[in-house]
Amino acid sequence: MNRALRPVLLVAVLVALAIAALYMKRSDVYLLTLCSVYLMATFGLNLTVGYAGQMSLGQAAFFGIGAYIAALALKAGWPFLVVLPVAAVACFCVGLALGFPALRVQHHYLAFATLGFNVLVFLIMRNEEKITGGTFGISGIPRPTILGVSTNGHVAFFYFTLASLVVLALVLWWLLRSPWGRAFAALRDNPIRAESLGVNITAYTLLAFAIGAACAGIGGVYYASLVEFIEPGPFHFSTSLMMLLAVIVGGSGRFFGPVLGTIIIILLPEVLRSSNLEALKFMQKWYLVFFGVAVVALMVWLPGGILSIADRFRKPPGSRK
Amino acid sequence: MSRAGEPFLEVNDVRKAYGAIKAVDGVSFRVSPGEIVGVIGPNGSGKTTLFNSILGQIKPTSGHVALRGEDITGMSPLELSRRGVGRTFQTLQVFGKLSVRDNLIAAAQEFRGSIASRLFAPPDAGLGEEAERMIALFRLQHVAHLEAGTLSYGQQKLIDIAMAFMRKPQLVLLDEPCAGVNPSLVEELRELLVTLNREQGGSFVVIEHNMDFIMRLCPHVICMVEGKVLAEGPPAAVQSNRQVLEAYLGN
Amino acid sequence: MGDFVQLIVSGTATGAIYALAALGFTLLWQAAGVINFAQGEFVMLPAFAMLFWIAMGAPLWLAFILSCAMSMLVLGYGFKVAIVDPLIKHGVIPLVIATLGLSIAVKSTIRAGYSAEAHPFASPFPAGQLSIAGINVSFADIGTLLLAGAIVVGLQAFLNRTVTGRAMQAVAQNTEAARVLGIDVRRMVLYVFLINALLAAVAALLITPTYLAKFDMGDSIGQKAFFAAIIGGFNQTRGALLGGVLIGVLENLVGFYISPAYKEGVALVLFLLVILFRPEGLLGKSEERKV
Repeated sequence: MNRALRPVLLVAVLVALAIAALYMKRSDVYLLTLCSVYLMATFGLNLTVGYAGQMSLGQAAFFGIGAYIAALALKAGWPFLVVLPVAAVACFCVGLALGFPALRVQHHYLAFATLGFNVLVFLIMRNEEKITGGTFGISGIPRPTILGVSTNGHVAFFYFTLASLVVLALVLWWLLRSPWGRAFAALRDNPIRAESLGVNITAYTLLAFAIGAACAGIGGVYYASLVEFIEPGPFHFSTSLMMLLAVIVGGSGRFFGPVLGTIIIILLPEVLRSSNLEALKFMQKWYLVFFGVAVVALMVWLPGGILSIADRFRKPPGSRK
Repeated sequence: MSRAGEPFLEVNDVRKAYGAIKAVDGVSFRVSPGEIVGVIGPNGSGKTTLFNSILGQIKPTSGHVALRGEDITGMSPLELSRRGVGRTFQTLQVFGKLSVRDNLIAAAQEFRGSIASRLFAPPDAGLGEEAERMIALFRLQHVAHLEAGTLSYGQQKLIDIAMAFMRKPQLVLLDEPCAGVNPSLVEELRELLVTLNREQGGSFVVIEHNMDFIMRLCPHVICMVEGKVLAEGPPAAVQSNRQVLEAYLGN
Repeated sequence: MGDFVQLIVSGTATGAIYALAALGFTLLWQAAGVINFAQGEFVMLPAFAMLFWIAMGAPLWLAFILSCAMSMLVLGYGFKVAIVDPLIKHGVIPLVIATLGLSIAVKSTIRAGYSAEAHPFASPFPAGQLSIAGINVSFADIGTLLLAGAIVVGLQAFLNRTVTGRAMQAVAQNTEAARVLGIDVRRMVLYVFLINALLAAVAALLITPTYLAKFDMGDSIGQKAFFAAIIGGFNQTRGALLGGVLIGVLENLVGFYISPAYKEGVALVLFLLVILFRPEGLLGKSEERKV
């Protein structure tokens, strides 16, 4: 595809989505909003995993921390536009605090530390009933009023979420084009060489991880507002796993990889579930089995993710030695 | 070239042992500002271990390394790079998914301003022209926008070397720059290094197996055998040294 | 005091089961460079296999032996040939992702194809307990300790005393050197996969009576195995044992004296303490960076 046409196409897709939302069922708009919310987290995770090459298995914990901060603060009457940066900064700082000890040792320790962190956060959400409501959760989370405009309606909240997602994506895009993006890629491609060229690998790894965590926190704030009721379930480690797989399956290190991946993990199972066709109902039951097998097959044949199919055709033959 | 005066790099009795095996066994030498020093020796004579000990990749068992009089023994590669030390590796070490141009910019951007200021710097970190200059010098124009990982071995090797020079380091350690390079390009590589030495004025230490290359490039040569310095001096003298000949022929 | 001793004993028994899973995990990492995120499912599957054979009318001991054989065939040989061999050349990360996918696929197959319920599982040991000086220890704990202990001692003896065992250790420590010495590296690596599958089947026999056979029972034991391996020292088989037992005992103590709700968090806190203060693990040796 022509590079110059891409922004035009993107705007066209966004406008089409916005118009379509006016004519869709309420539940479908909800689903699109949910996708946009998860995309905030997976876009951030793509920076950590795809661009900086760090394994993170705790994205759902940050998603949850953002959601609980939002639930408590919004119910206490804080304005949304204050809650949002507070949640982002909180997740950023927790990310730094968690990443620092893990990165003193070895690369793959970050994966284990984030996994354990997710388990611990889940336990705290479930057990500290005084704050989090335990398994009963927190209900009655208000939707925000932004600059005097209420987002209570499902379409209004979708527009607000979609617009926020676009802003977040633009910020990430700008960040990845800055020298930081280059340093992240250097870190991913060859940390030892990077260090010999003055790249502070500890600092950049922490930054990549904490930025990803902050994006998840932002996603969590929108999630709390969207569902209006939160409990620990959605922030279980298995969600982190699905988010990571969404990034990898779509194509890690490709800007729009998470879009495809998130559609596969969020939208597809819902479409199967709500379908009336017997064949699709069968698929719904076995969806995760297919998904798991597909992940294994993808790693064997296409480790770069689905979007890397394009490279297969683009690469000039015999360009390697 | 005269070897008098204040040394730029001073390696003093460096040792590195792995259990009973003495990989580097008491090596001392000095490098003057702007000098090109060659290090030769048979395989397994401890050259790369010596490099890694100087460059902070491994900690020497004992001994000292001083740069401009400052003790840099055991400093991390990051700290050394900030003191103006650059290197190339024996094996290919480029950033495979970045373009050649981005590889070169990545090699120098971290020395411009603080981390925070680089976030708001222009995408090329103000190094675009410098990168183009280096690309022209290494004749990589036709591949400048391709992913480095997709290029041929020889091209990646050139990128690797160009990266080490992007930020005009005061000391560069090159580990076998000719290995795997097409013989027809070796002379070109030598000329490139001479040009860089003249224009940038840094000191080089070069490990190399290609005798012809090192004899023509380096006014001062060190020969290492079994972890020790066997002979040192101008290339002709080292080449005709009886012990050196024996060490090579006996191998 | 009686409580305390009882907690220690039963914690050691649980920890010994973690240690079995962790041991296989460590061996796989050492010999084949594989981080197996499906390790928990490797314990869950034999549990269901045993239930299957019992339902077919086999006594527990026969069901166990048949399941061990199945486990070694499918989770040992099959896993190596179908997943690890084609993927190892891509590096660690794609393989890790593939084992994550495998874990999801296996769990979901049991859930969708068989049952989402927890199934009771008969203990191989008699009910009841032994009372000595006012301290009660269940036969199950004693039996677990004896069996797990016998397996570990047997494995160590095999690794240290036999030619094959030593060859396997050589492969784990330095694959290239082992190859130069004429050791059949491929065969040794295969043995490691078989041993891992066997250890997982034994862990299944011991842990399922308390955990119950459920499609997601592997989540918890898989995580404990990772953390036990790291706490003890990733490059040491003895480390996995220490890490496993430590987690088992401390979980019991935390569950009793602090709060049962935070039992599951013990492994993580231990892990964070270890990487803060002794990053190479309690028994591990630090490795120099490779260039």
